[in-house]
Amino acid sequence: MSGEEFVPLSLTPMLIGVLAAVACALPGNFLVLRKQALIGDAISHVVLPGIVVAFLITGVVAAAPMMLGAAGAALVSVVMIEAIRRLGNIEPGAAMGLTFTTLFAAGVLLLEQSDTSSVHLDVEHALYGNLESLIWLDAIGWSSLLDPVALAGLPPELGRVVVALLGVCVFLWLFWRPLVLSTFDESFAQAMGIATNRLGVALVMVAALAAVAAFDAVGSIIVIAMFICPPAAARLMTNRLERQVAWSVVFAVLSAVLGYVIAGYGPLWLGFDNAVSAAGMIATVSGIILALAACFAPHRHRSGAPAV
Amino acid sequence: MSLELAANMGAAPKAEIPADSPLAIRGMTVSYGQKPVVFSVDMTVTEGSMTAIIGPNGAGKSTLLKAALGIVQPLAGQALVYGKPLKASRHRIAYVPQRASVDWDFPTRVIDVVLMGLYRELGLLRRIHPHHIEKARACLERVGMTDFADRQIGQLSGGQQQRVFLARALAQEADLYLLDEPFAGVDAATEKAIIDVLKSLRSEGKTVVAVHHDLTTVRSYFDRVFLINTRKMAEGTVDEAFTPEHLNQTYGGRLATGQIDQLELAG
Repeated sequence: MSGEEFVPLSLTPMLIGVLAAVACALPGNFLVLRKQALIGDAISHVVLPGIVVAFLITGVVAAAPMMLGAAGAALVSVVMIEAIRRLGNIEPGAAMGLTFTTLFAAGVLLLEQSDTSSVHLDVEHALYGNLESLIWLDAIGWSSLLDPVALAGLPPELGRVVVALLGVCVFLWLFWRPLVLSTFDESFAQAMGIATNRLGVALVMVAALAAVAAFDAVGSIIVIAMFICPPAAARLMTNRLERQVAWSVVFAVLSAVLGYVIAGYGPLWLGFDNAVSAAGMIATVSGIILALAACFAPHRHRSGAPAV
Repeated sequence: MSLELAANMGAAPKAEIPADSPLAIRGMTVSYGQKPVVFSVDMTVTEGSMTAIIGPNGAGKSTLLKAALGIVQPLAGQALVYGKPLKASRHRIAYVPQRASVDWDFPTRVIDVVLMGLYRELGLLRRIHPHHIEKARACLERVGMTDFADRQIGQLSGGQQQRVFLARALAQEADLYLLDEPFAGVDAATEKAIIDVLKSLRSEGKTVVAVHHDLTTVRSYFDRVFLINTRKMAEGTVDEAFTPEHLNQTYGGRLATGQIDQLELAG
């Protein structure tokens, strides 16, 4: 494919897919190790009603109100989970599952009842985004990467995902040690004076930031898959956390690129006419990578459980 | 200060707090839900001693340690470490949690776990220098685990895991060592290695407090005991406090007479 075709049509969607996948996979490493992977799932679901409400109030699809709406919904969901757990005497996992499906369903109903047809906000969109439409029409080839006028026409989703990824990276770089400590041994971390609760909330907030930015561009399917699949596959590749995180980035990038290419060209190679959803294919590829890692990765057999 | 303390102390308003005590707990009350697990407990640890915290399951032994360390929030009461509140004296405490409280499948190596003990020194971003690694290796050597430095922690036996935890506490270079069941489920060699390290700490003038289960070893390992069953039952030197009477009170008759006879008890 030539630059004239690739840069405007495929470069930005691919780049957004890669950045969104990495932004989710990075905090996903810690969520999986903390056995909180479901929180990523929950966040990506409760984001929907938050965004819809933000849209209904402001009437525009813009980053700031969407972020606020998503944060508000996350807050409501946390309160709901606690309330259900205590009042209903229901175990935390079930309370979480109940909360996020209910809120997601409420989001769907809100969407159907409100006039969002004028903007790009609908149920399908919420599930698998619109990666393919995030094209860069101002570009005419590789030279456009140096052309300020063309660069101004980049899809705004790209900027949001870049900001989210930077936020994730800065957080992990800054708080790497206390995060590792409190994930491995919470009571020791507390005895050291680390505010483990606040750190845990901060981790979830950072994951939410990644989820909202990614949701906007690629939908909730990728968010859920990327929080869990690359870190889980990476864990099977190594016994060291630094390397696990590196592997998770490799797998996230691989899923995004392969998924995008296969979605766009796979059906044509097989003789079908239409491309399939890139988001769906990216999530599928990440699942296949996890399956392959479970079958062939070097550290799939571990005697990790405490010897009794 | 003392007035404030007295107001807080509830059941023991007149207890004096010796400023040099490594750990002085006053009126500590902790509850999970409705029922108090630790109720109005006072404890005064003697500097340079080895104290065993003894009591039946669910008597609040671990909880008392955790409350002293600020890991659980007490309903009432406070702990002073070397006469100062916890915030000002955390750096003088090393803590060894229960081995079973962590996930040993965590992707990390033995040496990395020991380096966690240097967190206060390293902070968020200071680089790990060769002398930090040297220090961590020296701690591993003290517990006889040098050869395992690069192993993944999941590959260790229970006893080896416990030794790594002790090495991490040694890396903290503290004055007061609080250990939660350091001998639970470890092999005989590890038990010997651990008690040797703890005794050498005491000979350096450090203070050791351990939650302990095995009543048969109390006399040979420790010089002081603290008996608890939600409330404090007795406290003192082994000769003063480790008596059949106190044990019966603490365990509520759950120890058979024969068992008690086998212990070399005082009184």
